[in-house]
Amino acid sequence: MSTHSPALEVAPGGADGSRQVAPVPPEPPRPVHRRRRSARMAPMVLLIPASLVLIVVIGYPLLQLVIMSFQEFGREQVFGKPAPFVGLDNYVRVLTDSQFWAVLGRSVAFAAVNVVVTMLIGTLIALLLTRLNKGFKLLVSVGLLLAWAMPALTAVIVWGWMFDTQYGVVNYVLGMITGQDLHGNSWLSNPLSFFLVATIIITWQSVPFVAFTIYAGLTQVPDEVLEAAQLDGANGPKRFFLVTFPYLRSIFLVVTVLQVIWDLRVFTQIYALQGIGGIREQTSTLGVYIYQTSLGTGDYGAGGAIAVIMVVIMMAISLYYVRQSIKDEEL
Amino acid sequence: MTRKRLDSLLLGTAAVIVFVFSVFPVYWMINTSLQPNNQIRTVVPNFVPANFTLRNYETVLFDTTRSDFMPALGNSLMVTISTVAIALVFAFLASLAVTRFRFRSRKGFILAILIIQMIPAEAMIVSTYRVLDSWSLLNTIAGLTLVYVATVLPFTIWTLRGFVNGIPIDLEEAAMIDGCSRTGAFWKITFPLLAPGLVATGVFGFIQAWNEFLLALVVNSRPEMMTLPVWLRTFQVATGTTNWAAIMAGSTLMAIPVVIFFLVVQGRMTGGLVSGAVKG
Repeated sequence: MSTHSPALEVAPGGADGSRQVAPVPPEPPRPVHRRRRSARMAPMVLLIPASLVLIVVIGYPLLQLVIMSFQEFGREQVFGKPAPFVGLDNYVRVLTDSQFWAVLGRSVAFAAVNVVVTMLIGTLIALLLTRLNKGFKLLVSVGLLLAWAMPALTAVIVWGWMFDTQYGVVNYVLGMITGQDLHGNSWLSNPLSFFLVATIIITWQSVPFVAFTIYAGLTQVPDEVLEAAQLDGANGPKRFFLVTFPYLRSIFLVVTVLQVIWDLRVFTQIYALQGIGGIREQTSTLGVYIYQTSLGTGDYGAGGAIAVIMVVIMMAISLYYVRQSIKDEEL
Repeated sequence: MTRKRLDSLLLGTAAVIVFVFSVFPVYWMINTSLQPNNQIRTVVPNFVPANFTLRNYETVLFDTTRSDFMPALGNSLMVTISTVAIALVFAFLASLAVTRFRFRSRKGFILAILIIQMIPAEAMIVSTYRVLDSWSLLNTIAGLTLVYVATVLPFTIWTLRGFVNGIPIDLEEAAMIDGCSRTGAFWKITFPLLAPGLVATGVFGFIQAWNEFLLALVVNSRPEMMTLPVWLRTFQVATGTTNWAAIMAGSTLMAIPVVIFFLVVQGRMTGGLVSGAVKG
C-alpha cells in the first residue's frame, strides 16, 4: 500500500522544494482610519498612475473597438477617410457568414478537447506524484517545470521541427515502431492532424500547471478521512471520486475555467503552426480569424464585430472565475 | 509482497514516461542546435550531437546578413526591463492604496482589475494598433512598453496586493508607537519585508513581456523594431526548410533567460496563478 504524504507537505519545488502553495495566506486587511483630509486623498493619488495607464491603453481602445464594430471600416478609413455608421450591419454580416460559425465551432471543439485532455492527464500526474518516492518525484517535477517554462512560441517551433515532413524525429520513431515508411508524411497539411499536433503542444505546456495545482490540493486532503474510507472498503477510484474530489471541487472548477479561457483564446500556437505548414482557411481559430479578417483582409468593421463577440463570450466564462477569486480573497 | 513490487515498478515506469515526454522536446532543441545543419537532414536522426559544433549559435548571433538576433535582443531587453520597472512602481502604489486604506471605490477598483485581466488581447489588437498609430507610437519601444505595462498591471497589482496583505499592519503600528512617522514606519518595516514579493512579481512580468508574441507582431512589425519572439518566427519562416539547426539555436537562446527566471520563482507560480491568472 502506498504511503500518503503528510497533510501539510507542499508540492515539490525546484531548488528548495517547499513553496508550491499560495504565497499569501488571505488575511483580511486591517485598514487604518484617518480623519485628516490628506489621508483621505492618499489612496486616490496612489491609484492615479495605474488607473491612467489602464484607461488609456485598455479602456480607450475598447471603446474604439465597440464604436468601430458599428462602422463601415476598411483600409480607406485607416488612411483617414471618415467612417460612416452602419448600425448592426457588421454584426449581421458576421453572424450570417458560415465561415464565422465554422471558426467558432472549431474554436469551441478545439478548446473542449484540449481542456478535457489537459485536465485528465494533469490529474493523473498529480495522483502519480502523491505515490512516488522522493527521487522519482523530483525527476517528474523537473521534467514538468522545463516544459512549463518554455516560451510558447519556442515550443511551437521546436515541436514543428519534430513533426517536420522530411527530417522530423516523430516520423522516424513512429516509422520504427509501426514498421512503415513514414518519411515524407506531412502532419500539418491535414486539418485533423494539424489540430492533433496543436493539441499535443498545448497539452504539453498546460499539464504542468494543472498537475502541480491539483497535487498541492491533494496534499491538503486529511489522511484520516482517506484511511477511514479505505477501512470501510472503498477502492482507489472510489476513494478519489467520493472523498478526494469533493474536497478539491473548487480547485478543479477554477483550474478548468482557466483552461477553458486560455484554450479558447489560443493564438500563438495556431498562428505559428500555420506559418510552418498549415492551411489557414481550415485551421483558424477565433483569435487568428480576427487577426486575418482585420489585418489580413482589411475588413476592420467585421473584425471589430467578431472581437466584440469574443470579448462578450470570454467575459461570460470569466464571471465564475472572478466571483470565485473575490470570494476566496475576501476583499 | 510481489503486488507491492509490481506497483512500484508501474509507478516508476509511469514517472519515467512523464519525464521523457516532458523533457524530450527541450533535449531535441538543444541536440539539433549543436549539430551542423547538413547533419540533421538525414534519414536516421542523430540522437546525440554526432559532430558537435557551435556554428549555429555563431550564425544566429553574429551573421548579420541572415539573422537580426542582436537588434531583436536589444529591443526585447529594453521593452521588458522598462515594462517591469514601470509596472512594478505603478502596481506597488496601487496595491498600497487597496490594502492600507479604506475608501469608497476600493472594491470597485479591485473588481475592475480582475475584469480587465479577462479581456482577451486577441480581440484588442486592431483598436490597440489604431490608438498607438494615432499617437505615432507604432514601431517604437515606448509604444510597446506602454501596451505591455497595461497588460501586466492587473496581474501585478493583484499579486502584490496579496503580498502586502500578508504583512501584518501591527508591525507598522508598533513602529509608530515607538515614534516613527507613518511613512517612516512603512519604509523601514513593511517595505523590506515586501522585497521578495516585489522580486517574484517582477519576474512574472519579465516572463510575460519577454514571451509576448501577438501584440509585438502587430505593433512592432518593422524588422528593426522586432522583439525576440517576432524575430524567431520571421527567421523560422525565412529559413524554415533550409536551416532548422540555426532555428533551434535561436530558440534555445530565447528560452534560456525565461527558463532560468521561471525556475527561480516557480514555487510561487501555482498559488499566484490560481488567484488571479494570466498565461503568457
